[in-house]
Amino acid sequence: MSQDSVRVEKAALHTATPQSSLAAVMGSGVGRNLGLVVALIVLCVVGVATAGDNFASVDNLLTILRLASVIGVVSIGMTFVITAGHIDLSVGAIAALASVWCTTLATQTMAEDIHWIVMVGTALLVGVACGLVNGLLVAYGGIVSFIATLAMLASARGLAEIIADRRTQIVKVDGFADFFRADLIGIPMLVWMFALVSVIGWVLLNRTTFGRRTVAVGGNPEAARLAGINVRRHTVMIFGLVGLCCGIAAVMITARTTTGSSTHGTLWELDAIAAVVIGGTLLSGGRGTIVGTVLGVLIFTTLSNVFVQNDLSSSAQAVAKGLIIVVAVLLQQRLAGRSSHTT
Amino acid sequence: MSARPLPRRRGPLVGVAVAAVACLVLSACTSNEPEDSGDNETTASTVSSNDDTGDTVTIGFSGPAADHGWLAAINSSAQEAAEKYDDIELKFAEGTNDPSAQIAQVETFINDGVDAIVLLPTDGAALTETAIQAMEAGIPVINVDREFSSPFAARTTVLGDNYGMGVSAGTYACGLIEDNDISDPVIAEIAGIDALPLTQDRSQGFADALEACDQEVDRRVAAEFTVESGEEVAANLLQAEDKIDIIWNHDDDQGVGVKAAFDAAERDEFAFIGGAGSCNAMDWIEAGEMEATVIYPPTQAADGIKLARLIAQGKGLSDLVQVEVPKRVVLNAPVVSADNVAEYRDLCFDS
Repeated sequence: MSQDSVRVEKAALHTATPQSSLAAVMGSGVGRNLGLVVALIVLCVVGVATAGDNFASVDNLLTILRLASVIGVVSIGMTFVITAGHIDLSVGAIAALASVWCTTLATQTMAEDIHWIVMVGTALLVGVACGLVNGLLVAYGGIVSFIATLAMLASARGLAEIIADRRTQIVKVDGFADFFRADLIGIPMLVWMFALVSVIGWVLLNRTTFGRRTVAVGGNPEAARLAGINVRRHTVMIFGLVGLCCGIAAVMITARTTTGSSTHGTLWELDAIAAVVIGGTLLSGGRGTIVGTVLGVLIFTTLSNVFVQNDLSSSAQAVAKGLIIVVAVLLQQRLAGRSSHTT
Repeated sequence: MSARPLPRRRGPLVGVAVAAVACLVLSACTSNEPEDSGDNETTASTVSSNDDTGDTVTIGFSGPAADHGWLAAINSSAQEAAEKYDDIELKFAEGTNDPSAQIAQVETFINDGVDAIVLLPTDGAALTETAIQAMEAGIPVINVDREFSSPFAARTTVLGDNYGMGVSAGTYACGLIEDNDISDPVIAEIAGIDALPLTQDRSQGFADALEACDQEVDRRVAAEFTVESGEEVAANLLQAEDKIDIIWNHDDDQGVGVKAAFDAAERDEFAFIGGAGSCNAMDWIEAGEMEATVIYPPTQAADGIKLARLIAQGKGLSDLVQVEVPKRVVLNAPVVSADNVAEYRDLCFDS
């Protein structure tokens, strides 16, 4: 960009009416995230106003972050798959299967003999394997992702029930629970994991070829193919990545509840999709934002917390959640309509 | 919680027991549909020789697939009850969650001409017609846990008491408040799936019992009977109150998650009361990590088998003046605490 045009733009900003400059800012990626930040701040203000010190405490902040961590990691994975123009309905079921598999008597016995890392490895392997199956079905089997992952949703949870015999499997390996339930510099390990996954996710999507290919494939698969991207292989990798996120989430939920269970991860797919969509990722693919997804997850988790703080029913909470989704998406459409910017 | 001196909890429990018996007797007396006292009813003996070997009777049992700990316990305790008697020949149908498969099982029992059928329906309404067929064929049907939609479908109904669970938990909580002299206690409730009638019954019972000692629920959250949801709502609940005196959690299955949240937050200043009576809960009670749990008995089908035997042999309940087996038995929901956990240990189920 030449210096002249920079000057022209600056001049334009100065001369523009306040209203249109606001629209320009709001239309950009920063603006969309700013909208979410404002929403989150409003929620927090409501929380402080209604619940006071109980809400504003460090303990409560860490609780919100800890509860957001598990679904947050899943949502990061979901952001990639949605950006690539697909959907994954099987995230919760895969996490359930991974949590059950890594807490079977056999796995736990092996973990006690060798190291608790065996349990982590098992969960990640199961997650990635399921993700790759999804990816192969979509990319090479030609099955629409909605259907392929719907099939995985059913069969992964069924397999989890068979393996666990529908019982709750309690984690008896002390090292595992001690490590993941501990605090590091005063912050729960689960929150560190969420932060790490988010940062890696952001770099991967915004600063690597992998990320740019993901956006290209989601935006226009045919154009991406003509541009020399191996769309099929990339699709398989994306689903493998989601599977990995599910495996990580399975480790986290197993640590959080100290159990593996086929009932873990119920309706995670909807929570993750909701967080991704209000975050500003296009459901049709071609645009994704990790920061938006993280904010989306935090908004929903904070909402639950504020509702419990005020002793309101879970039914009222569900209504509020629905309203937030509609308002957020309507707002985004308005903003996107006013601006030609995409990120 | 572990440091709290263990209070003696006899008084209110006796009250609940009396109420339950009264309820049992009342319902036995008031449900007097004439159509039900059909031809197959015989005069019954009232002596307490009920356990003596009598005429050999064939009893058909059909229940849902044992897809969680409580139902698995239902099946095993039914089989154990039947094995105790030389005069019971039990036909045990493979558990199924498909109503049409269960209908077929009951029809087979009718064709075989069994003496009584014990039925825990996958869906009470769906099995009602078939149960009526059996009754019309002269085979008494004992309905367990999930009620039929017609009073003509069962000779006797054995039910757990969800409202009573709430009452037991609330009464126990009142006792704790009184014994420990807690002024202005903070009482929290972690319910199960809120849309289910059984959850509403439990909550209503809890609220009613608390009202009796001028208390009310200060915080109420609802989970989904899963470990994960239990952990989440409990974590949020703990943040809402700095200090809680009593927490009643409806279900010991989700209780595993609730307990994980307590441990993560390092909070144990409250009396933690559970529900259902899983082995985990009893372990915690023995270890002093849980105050008590309210039983929702998984022995209902075993009671059904025993009643079926009495009905088929033409006997009554020897401890009642009435000569026939009651029409409706609502089981008590006792509180298990450190005082009596040894007694109930054998009745627990793996969640």
